[in-house]
Amino acid sequence: MISEAILNQHNLTESEYQKIVQILKREPTLTELGIFSVMWSEHCSYKSSRVHLKRLPTRGAAVLQGPGENAGIIDIGDNLAVAFKIESHNHPSYIEPFQGAATGVGGILRDIFTMGARPIAAMNSLRFGPLHKQQNKRILEGVVGGIAFYGNCFGVPTVGGEVYFSKGYSQNPLVNAFALGIFEKDKIFYGRAHGIGNPVIYVGAKTGRDGIHGATMASAGFGEDAGAKRPNVQIGDPFMEKLLLEACLEAMQKGLVVGIQDMGAAGLTCSSCEMGARASTGIELNLDTVPQRESGMTSYEIMLSESQERMLLVADRSKEKQVFDVFHKWGLDVVTVGTVTNDGLLRVRQRGEIVAEIPNTALTDEAPLYERPLSAPKSLRSSRLDLYSFLDGCEESLIETFLNADANPDGQDYNELLKLAVSSPNLASRQWVWEQYDHMVQSNTMVGPGSDASVVRLKGTEKALAMTLDGPAYRVARNPREGAKMAVAEACRNIVCSGGRPLAATNCLNFGNPEHPEVMWQFSEVVDGMTEACNKFETPITGGNVSFYNETFGEDIYPTPVLGVVGVIEDLSFVTTSAFRDPGDTIVLVETPSRLLGKVNLDDERSLQDFISEAIRKRLVKSAHDIGEGGLAVALAECCYSNLQRRAVGAEVRVPVHMETCKDLFGEYSSRVVLTTTSADELKVIARRMGLEVSVLGQVGGSRLVLQYRTDRTVDISIDELEAAWRYALPKLLSSKSS
Amino acid sequence: MKFGVVIFPGSNCDHDCYYVIESVIHKPVEFVWHQDTSLKGFDAIVLPGGFAYGDYLRTGALAKFSPVMTAIRDFARKGGLVIGICNGFQILTESGLLPGALLRNVGMKYVCKFLHLRTETVNTPFTNGLSKGQLLQIPIGHGEGNYFADTETLKRIEDNDQVVFRYAAPDGQITGDANPNGSLHNIAGIVNEQRNVLGMMPHPDRSSESILGSVDGKLIFESMVNALVGAQKA
Repeated sequence: MISEAILNQHNLTESEYQKIVQILKREPTLTELGIFSVMWSEHCSYKSSRVHLKRLPTRGAAVLQGPGENAGIIDIGDNLAVAFKIESHNHPSYIEPFQGAATGVGGILRDIFTMGARPIAAMNSLRFGPLHKQQNKRILEGVVGGIAFYGNCFGVPTVGGEVYFSKGYSQNPLVNAFALGIFEKDKIFYGRAHGIGNPVIYVGAKTGRDGIHGATMASAGFGEDAGAKRPNVQIGDPFMEKLLLEACLEAMQKGLVVGIQDMGAAGLTCSSCEMGARASTGIELNLDTVPQRESGMTSYEIMLSESQERMLLVADRSKEKQVFDVFHKWGLDVVTVGTVTNDGLLRVRQRGEIVAEIPNTALTDEAPLYERPLSAPKSLRSSRLDLYSFLDGCEESLIETFLNADANPDGQDYNELLKLAVSSPNLASRQWVWEQYDHMVQSNTMVGPGSDASVVRLKGTEKALAMTLDGPAYRVARNPREGAKMAVAEACRNIVCSGGRPLAATNCLNFGNPEHPEVMWQFSEVVDGMTEACNKFETPITGGNVSFYNETFGEDIYPTPVLGVVGVIEDLSFVTTSAFRDPGDTIVLVETPSRLLGKVNLDDERSLQDFISEAIRKRLVKSAHDIGEGGLAVALAECCYSNLQRRAVGAEVRVPVHMETCKDLFGEYSSRVVLTTTSADELKVIARRMGLEVSVLGQVGGSRLVLQYRTDRTVDISIDELEAAWRYALPKLLSSKSS
Repeated sequence: MKFGVVIFPGSNCDHDCYYVIESVIHKPVEFVWHQDTSLKGFDAIVLPGGFAYGDYLRTGALAKFSPVMTAIRDFARKGGLVIGICNGFQILTESGLLPGALLRNVGMKYVCKFLHLRTETVNTPFTNGLSKGQLLQIPIGHGEGNYFADTETLKRIEDNDQVVFRYAAPDGQITGDANPNGSLHNIAGIVNEQRNVLGMMPHPDRSSESILGSVDGKLIFESMVNALVGAQKA
């Protein structure tokens, strides 16, 4: 008998329960209830978001596979395809940062190689509470350690990403993991259980009691008992995953696989019913054959376990033994646990009894769908940090210093302000983070962490791929629709600045509680803004993930859509980085006529990106850097720092006067790029044709950054000094005493 | 002339090494499965980087029991060239083919970055194309690269000119700041007494093409080719 208490434990409402009874025409068993609860959880069913997600553009010339499969796939020419996706692992990473983040990486990698693609790059977008709180340091160290632990051992380079600090993430860090893989476009595999009578084969790690109800956990907020949910977090084994990768790809190459899906959220349940539903077949499982790590596991536990590094595959009946041989070669468990049937049911047997019998589509297509109430706030929130969003999450004293300089621009020490800016938590070098990641394995990394986009070459071609993650949450919180457009614009701008052409996108939509009408309004606005911008830049969304219930003690996080954009660089010689190259190069500022703050004019932005693309293809550009948080002064400093090819280099620049010193140096106006060139006149001609403004700012050279403003040398500072402040700020913050 | 690149379960720089040999220095190369027992026909063996057996127990501790290691011991004893890179170096010390051990980095963290190596000897088949003192830009990527040997062993390998590379500052000085992992005397790579087995933590496989930031690693592979060509003539 299913009591109200049991329903509550499963996060199911009374009306959802009635729907289950209606579908089954009887009361569910406890195992069935568990199966429904995970498949109908927010995490698996997208029940609050689906009505909105339908509005996103998902088709385009390059798209081979849109949302709904394990990952999106795009065509990049040369008979090659790219599978990529971003996914959140926020809740587990708060409870247990190291394993939570590690298994987030593991999950997204499986999504990629499940489709037959070999993962060649990973990135991650991370958000934490301010570093002057001890607990946030601990979470940061755990998350970074976990990502390194998993990705390094697996052998995928972590080539980039982003890290931000803001108060709202103190008790709800965001860990969004992205992975990208490559394969031949006629060798794509899908999670479809075709072929009545074919064996359903379980491969990989044994099933244990870990992670039971992970998907349900990810669909609720946290209260006082968050620590008690620790056993819900899975433990990752990257070595096992590496073996699984090699064995799966080998089995696929040998033509032994009909369909395949990883056991991620909701484990054996989700992989079996989704594969059946997609192929309109049934699946019959015999749980007695499932490899188990612990004795005495119930059918409920086996079906709901989220033990990591497991795959379910369907093979052609005649090739079962060959599948076994491949997995044995790699030392992995491989067992036939079921059969494909023609009745459309997920039928689960244990010890001779049927413990669950549910139509596959009831768990997938027929999951509840909610059109939750939306409510816009009375007014959009403006904030004192709209000009200087990088200060969000900083200590109050630093914020005061900048706001004081903004109000009293004369007589300030701008050398000191610039140093403070580049060493502030949101602008400081992330080297401490990415040095812990192997960002070079597979020997394709042309541009690793730290430039506008990361670039990996494609062996055997003259092409490279550019990829970036962007999630300007502060802007989205102020104005969700405009902020979402900015996310798309910025991500595409980063791809273009690195020499690429944006092809498609994946999104990870991190939001608060969808039962709060204002959160659903934010969500809806973000979807609309993203739709408009993705149409403008011709970057359809090929997949991704929604993470709701990011709240602690009832307080919602910033709405944080993270956008991953992938582009192709048609020729290796087009690869461009943000770093200044040679003394004497002319520094040029390109901007749109609309000087906007906190929003973006998509037409102008498109012109800007077309301009940069054309200029790079005409070989007129030596470096290109997007101006983002911290404005022009910070962007210029970033172009000067030392790198593998050269020591630190200086620049002499005249800063255009629009308003006042502090605003013109650090103000974060949209749609601006710093280029260097030896052909400024040619750039001007192209820019004029496109209705853009190009101004020559100065020259690369020397060892100091000199910013002339009106008649003053407002900034005149040694690059070595500035670079040291920037490069060592994060380790310093981490080792400083805090509350 | 044929190179072999060994694949252990968990090797993950196997394809990188293979690629350099095949597509950068254009020499014949084949993969060798860790359960193979014969190295017939090979002239040089590469133990690539990665996490053989997940680095469980201790880096290299399980890999040394792979059947191929018996063949590699035999191959090395007969003078065949063996280069162990990163995890390959760890496997060579665990197997006793090279002296010393690789401990956890002093910073207790994995470190991946480009740095400078100073060439300490050119009297090896791996460095014959370099000049003594030559600085190389080659990246590391490891959590356990902290070279350790007892005082006596350390003295012996230094006296015997077995230290091949040390971590150096950009000006070539051997300093504490230039040491990324706490290695004794900044040691980054050593050879055995016979000088035909090299272990090094830095990755020449990641620094053999200009688009990856450096071509200095290629000099090591080319030196091996020189040595093999020389041996064929002799």
